[in-house]
Amino acid sequence: MTAVTLSPADLTTERSPFLQFVGDVWVLTKRSLARIRREPETLSNVTIQPVMFILMFAYVFGGAIGIPGGGNYHAYLVGGMLGMSLAQTAPGTAVAVVSDMETGLIDRFRSLPMSRAAVLTARTIADLLTQGIGAAVTALVGLAIGWRIDNGVGHAVEAFALALLFGYAFTWAGVCLGMVLRSAEAAQQTGFIIFLPLTFISSAFVPTQGMPGWLQPVAEWNPMSSLAAACRELFGNPNPAAAVHAWPAQHPELAVVCWSVGMLVVFAPLAVHLYRTKAR
Amino acid sequence: MSDTAAIEAEGLVKHYGETKALNGLDLTVARGTVYGLLGPNGAGKTTAVRVLATLLRPDGGRARVLGHDVTSQATAVRRVIGLTGQYAALDEYLTGRSNLVMIGELSRLTAKAARRRADELLEQFDLTDAAGRAVKTYSGGMRRRLDLAASLIGHPAVLFLDEPTTGLDPSARALMWDIVRQLVADGTTLLLTTQYLDEADQLADRIAVIDGGKVIAEGTPTELKASMGGQRLLITLAEGSDASAAAAALRPFTTASIIPNEGDRLIEAPVTATDGLATEVVRALDEAGVKVNDIAVRSASLDDVFLTITGHKAEEDAAENAAEKEKQEVQA
Repeated sequence: MTAVTLSPADLTTERSPFLQFVGDVWVLTKRSLARIRREPETLSNVTIQPVMFILMFAYVFGGAIGIPGGGNYHAYLVGGMLGMSLAQTAPGTAVAVVSDMETGLIDRFRSLPMSRAAVLTARTIADLLTQGIGAAVTALVGLAIGWRIDNGVGHAVEAFALALLFGYAFTWAGVCLGMVLRSAEAAQQTGFIIFLPLTFISSAFVPTQGMPGWLQPVAEWNPMSSLAAACRELFGNPNPAAAVHAWPAQHPELAVVCWSVGMLVVFAPLAVHLYRTKAR
Repeated sequence: MSDTAAIEAEGLVKHYGETKALNGLDLTVARGTVYGLLGPNGAGKTTAVRVLATLLRPDGGRARVLGHDVTSQATAVRRVIGLTGQYAALDEYLTGRSNLVMIGELSRLTAKAARRRADELLEQFDLTDAAGRAVKTYSGGMRRRLDLAASLIGHPAVLFLDEPTTGLDPSARALMWDIVRQLVADGTTLLLTTQYLDEADQLADRIAVIDGGKVIAEGTPTELKASMGGQRLLITLAEGSDASAAAAALRPFTTASIIPNEGDRLIEAPVTATDGLATEVVRALDEAGVKVNDIAVRSASLDDVFLTITGHKAEEDAAENAAEKEKQEVQA
């Protein structure tokens, strides 16, 4: 076997901790993207699924859903779909984290002199990139069924930025879920159980005005409703939530920022804490 | 620094709820040696490795790797160790080469050095042809080799191998043994856990037998075998012979109690070998009216050591081991 062939010039130990962190995140983000390149079908949740949902809601349920104050359901739908397309990647994040735990890869990372926060940060960055694809697909299908940006490009960019911030916060929730669950199946199922009511008990697909009185506050305070309302307002689409008196419905952009920052502040440190202490 | 032991553990304790996985484990591994951790199911072998490799924080005691404390100087420890667990810790979807380059870069190598080391290791481990294929297409033996290569990419001075050949076919196992021997020739210190006694016998300079989370016997393979009385006497009695009469007649020759088995026709006992021992044994048995079909004197094996110390056979534990591991992880 070869003798020691490493010289100090081959090592990056002299770099600052921040540069080491950035380097580790870059290496691991490339890893996640390489998987997508090898198996593009893993992107179906941000490509095929949004298309399916938009077409189903637009052409199956859409005709039966009335919008208070009038307006085109297809134009209404896209704001809600955007939240769904992005947030629904969180269970996938959880599954990826659980798989890395199960295969022992995370144990190997833990035994390396690498940055502690890099593994999870890289995961969320790779997932943010796939969420970008999800947002683009949603917008393109939206355009195809008649949705339009009616309030200027600047506001539209703001809407997409809010949606991605929101999606990124959900990714960290997904990481936490992955850290506490023990199998990919459990992560998938738990993700589904959390995600489905979160999406449907909101104004993402139907206005809250039609819901029973006791359910309306739940839907009005649901972060999904805030994102849907914020996007509709910024895109200039029909936004029946404007007529709702609840605070998040009146200030949807601010509500989205509060929800997202709140989730990030809770879930990102929690995820890193779990990563450090799990099995310790 | 050079006279510090590679690995020192003092009174390591680790609980999982009510279970004491480690219960005061002491260990000293000299630099450049191979140390074997041998023990039954749930003895604490894997837990010990995980503590020493900074993956688990012990509840008590302390441990140092090349002088660095595993809890307070974990990063320093991580710079000098390599770890190969029982399951290949690789990204299934990346190629073999990409896996090595990734682990290399995360081991603080520059991208260029990581690529160079990856190619060197692929060559050494006979994986160059498969380097561009996704790991999920690899055989079990190839995965293990790649996994071991990954743990070597940063040139660790201390390497932990947790059951490196479990589940491998004999030829893949022989190849792993060769690799391990080469590593030691390079001066790497190796801590190896195994359920295979012959593996410990073949590879380890010293062996610690652990049970119930602590070391219950320690020494070179030769010392351990010698402590068992050195030789074993194996006698097959003729059909219908009186085994208890035979045992009574043998008592003056044996150094420990007699273990009869297989319908009491096969008698096995530790003895101290002397010239003419077999002749005297046969004469004594003849005088007791016991007919002998076969007699042999052989050296004690590590199997005998294991059986005597722990009170059970190694193979029985091997079967339950995987299930126990899983349980431990769940508890963790």
